[in-house]
Amino acid sequence: MVRQFNGVMKAAAFVLVLFLLIPLTGWSKEAVPVAENPEVEKRMLLLTENLRCLVCQNETIADSRADFSNDIRREIREQIKANKTDPEIIQFLVDRYGDFVLYDPPIKPTTFLLWFGPVILFVLGLGSLIVYLRRRRLQIEDVSLSQAQLEEAEALLNEDKKGKNV
Amino acid sequence: MRYLLPLFAFMVLAAFLLVGLTLNPRQVPSPLIDKPAPKFQLNHLHQPDQIMSSDENLGKVWMLNVWASWCVACRDEHPLLVQLARTRIVPIYGLNYKDERNTALQWLKRYGDPYAISIVDSDGKVGIDYGVYGVPETYVIDKKGIIRHKQIGPVTVDSLEKTIIPLIKELQQQV
Repeated sequence: MVRQFNGVMKAAAFVLVLFLLIPLTGWSKEAVPVAENPEVEKRMLLLTENLRCLVCQNETIADSRADFSNDIRREIREQIKANKTDPEIIQFLVDRYGDFVLYDPPIKPTTFLLWFGPVILFVLGLGSLIVYLRRRRLQIEDVSLSQAQLEEAEALLNEDKKGKNV
Repeated sequence: MRYLLPLFAFMVLAAFLLVGLTLNPRQVPSPLIDKPAPKFQLNHLHQPDQIMSSDENLGKVWMLNVWASWCVACRDEHPLLVQLARTRIVPIYGLNYKDERNTALQWLKRYGDPYAISIVDSDGKVGIDYGVYGVPETYVIDKKGIIRHKQIGPVTVDSLEKTIIPLIKELQQQV
């Protein structure tokens, strides 16, 4: 009798363990997309990846969690939905925050040094290298050796050969 | 002489870095300076049923101060604004930026209300138009509705006495 009861208990415990194995998380809802419209979200992300968050200046607006970036992302989403083109949206932001929001600064007189400075430095460096090398070559003169010096050199070289033969 | 060249190069570099240290990367020059102030129509903070339009201020020099009760630096500059308001040199309009109405009202009660009118920008839309990114920010707008100055961060005694008040007096002379 007691044995039978034990058997039932064991079976019950086994079933209980089986129940515990049911993956509850499997029943959770399907992940809801962050934005209602994935197309808009994609375009917004592409745009904001090249825009600087003005609050946390080394982060893009796409990456930043700052309130400022949240607002700008929302604004951009709204403008995309309102059928604004990408250049229009960029211009909207530049009008308000200046070129500083762009990670790619535009080419204009105030940024000439920024854009062409490295090229100028490179050309200057290359030029001075060439001048330096030319001058050095001129400094190296062909030294003519006297007969005595040549013989001495010959003797030294032969000595070396003899040494090796030994 | 040629051994001094590296020292010379180092000094030039050091001079550049030294100047760089004195610059404030948070001060991003606003493209809105000398441009028309963005127009807005916003509800009053105290009487939410009333609407203020930015056009109402055409013909006078005015200041727009962007503030919020959650903004710590706003508390620092606030006594200065209250003082400035008492001098009646210039009307200050408060743009209550992304704030709760009740906390904003309490905040003004507690720290004083320097504003001719407080207006509410609860979703920060007008803030975006004005290029606001770090509250507090203060704009000086002339009689024609052109932005003449933008102070990013709290106003200080120094900035008021050296820049803002002289500018306002100069702008008030203009027709």
